Amino acid sequence: MKMVQIKDLVHRYFRRDDDDNIIETIEAIAGVNMDIEKGQFIAVLGHNGSGKSSLAKHINGLLQPAEGAVYVKGMNTSSEEEIWRIRQSAGIVLQNPDNQIIGNIVEEDVAFGPENIGVPTQDIWTRVAESLEAVGMEAFRMSSPNRLSGGQKQRVAIAGILAMEPECIILDEPTAMLDPKGREDVIRTIHRLNKEKAITIILITHKMDEVVDADKVFVMDHGKVVMSGTPREVFSDVEKMKTYRLEVPHAAELAYELRKEGIPLSETIMTKEELVEALCQLS
Amino acid sequence: MMREITIGQYYRADSVIHKLDPRTKIMGTILFIISLFIGKSIPAYVVSVILLAVVIKISTVPFSYMVRGLKAVFAILMFSLVINMFFIPGDVIVDFGFADISREGVQTAVFMAIRLVFLILGSSMMTLTTTPNQLTDGMEKLLNPLKKIKIPVHEIAMMMSIALRFIPILTEELDKIMKAQMARGAEYDQGNLIKKIKSVVPVLVPLFISSVRRANDLAMAMESRCYHGGEGRTKMKPLLYEKRDYISYALILGYLAIMIAIRIRM
Repeated sequence: MKMVQIKDLVHRYFRRDDDDNIIETIEAIAGVNMDIEKGQFIAVLGHNGSGKSSLAKHINGLLQPAEGAVYVKGMNTSSEEEIWRIRQSAGIVLQNPDNQIIGNIVEEDVAFGPENIGVPTQDIWTRVAESLEAVGMEAFRMSSPNRLSGGQKQRVAIAGILAMEPECIILDEPTAMLDPKGREDVIRTIHRLNKEKAITIILITHKMDEVVDADKVFVMDHGKVVMSGTPREVFSDVEKMKTYRLEVPHAAELAYELRKEGIPLSETIMTKEELVEALCQLS
Repeated sequence: MMREITIGQYYRADSVIHKLDPRTKIMGTILFIISLFIGKSIPAYVVSVILLAVVIKISTVPFSYMVRGLKAVFAILMFSLVINMFFIPGDVIVDFGFADISREGVQTAVFMAIRLVFLILGSSMMTLTTTPNQLTDGMEKLLNPLKKIKIPVHEIAMMMSIALRFIPILTEELDKIMKAQMARGAEYDQGNLIKKIKSVVPVLVPLFISSVRRANDLAMAMESRCYHGGEGRTKMKPLLYEKRDYISYALILGYLAIMIAIRIRM
């Protein structure tokens, strides 16, 4: 069974005037189809207003489709009976770490999810300990969230989702408000969860270097999926990426410019190391 | 300025007082406050001081930390002192012509001040040794009977715990907004009272907007973590009375009895 299946999804925002008449309809998502297999690391790229955040909220059932449907493990997100099971199996981490931490102590916050789904007390303790260990935050178990750095808070938020034992985690620009160190920690953590616990990751972002190691990349623009494929396939088309106001990683762009000047370099170069290697091979 | 308020702040330590069930501490605090209004004499307050001192000692919370909480209410304290002193009739001891101070006035004023100080010390003892979550858990459990008359006890407790969680975040934000505006020439400590109040408005508007935005985010985060009210919810730390709680109840009731006895004999 597919982890997440999105069929012809449409999401509309309405802008209303003072008398509540609709003056404009904006299609934040305009017919998106997506299949995500279990255990994959998926990246969704897009510029501001491309509809990528709305997409994330649809997968978790926080938004309801205007048209089309979203299935998580075969469960329809618009069915009320299954919404809690969907949210338990596909957790979401939002952008601002401050606004999603509910507990006043790290361990109490991590316990919030399991408490809500009625996990017995004894199991909550083991789940909390395991989740905090998985994100490398066990040392901060008794701390107040206010004393943590942005990256640490975001890892606590991830632990809070992990404690519900989900099969899929959606991260909606989790690093947008973090410093470089925090960004690195968070990205490394989600990669580890993907590899060690086989948790499906859907990473929504506009930062290219976070995408390089993904299994599959979807590029969104104006509510539509405009490109998809492996990171190498997507980044090799530098011109097309630029039309969606996205920048490819520096190494890929440099390789692209060098190719344009007639230097024979492979189209699959993405990282600095690969570029150096390829340049040294030139005679 | 805001950071000095210690009410609602948790002091981390590992004392018996910290380990008590929050229900015990809430009930104990309420009984202590009642006792302050029962006792109206020097001996009664001496008993209260002894109790407070012992509890503070056991709790290992530094006394200086507790006193900081008093600073915030200093103005109220002075106000009640002055009002009581001047407006209670009785044997005049000092006459200013337009107003006079009576013996009864001084006595009431002093007792009122003592009560206020004890009341604040007592309740900050509770908040300093109990995490806000435990506190709301305790209140939820204590108020549970009210559910029968359709009072949303769980929701109120949840709101309180969230409010407490966001106090430091909003304080920090307030600080940032004020600094940003000061950088652009805003002045908060100049001019008369009306001018000062007016200068606060441009600070409150962005603070208000951002808290609404935060509330929206938080609601979403809570829903995505399967929050759907108190039904079917389990607890990581369920409240259970232990031996020490029963002992504490016995002690505080004993103290209350002494206070009542003193009141009757005086």
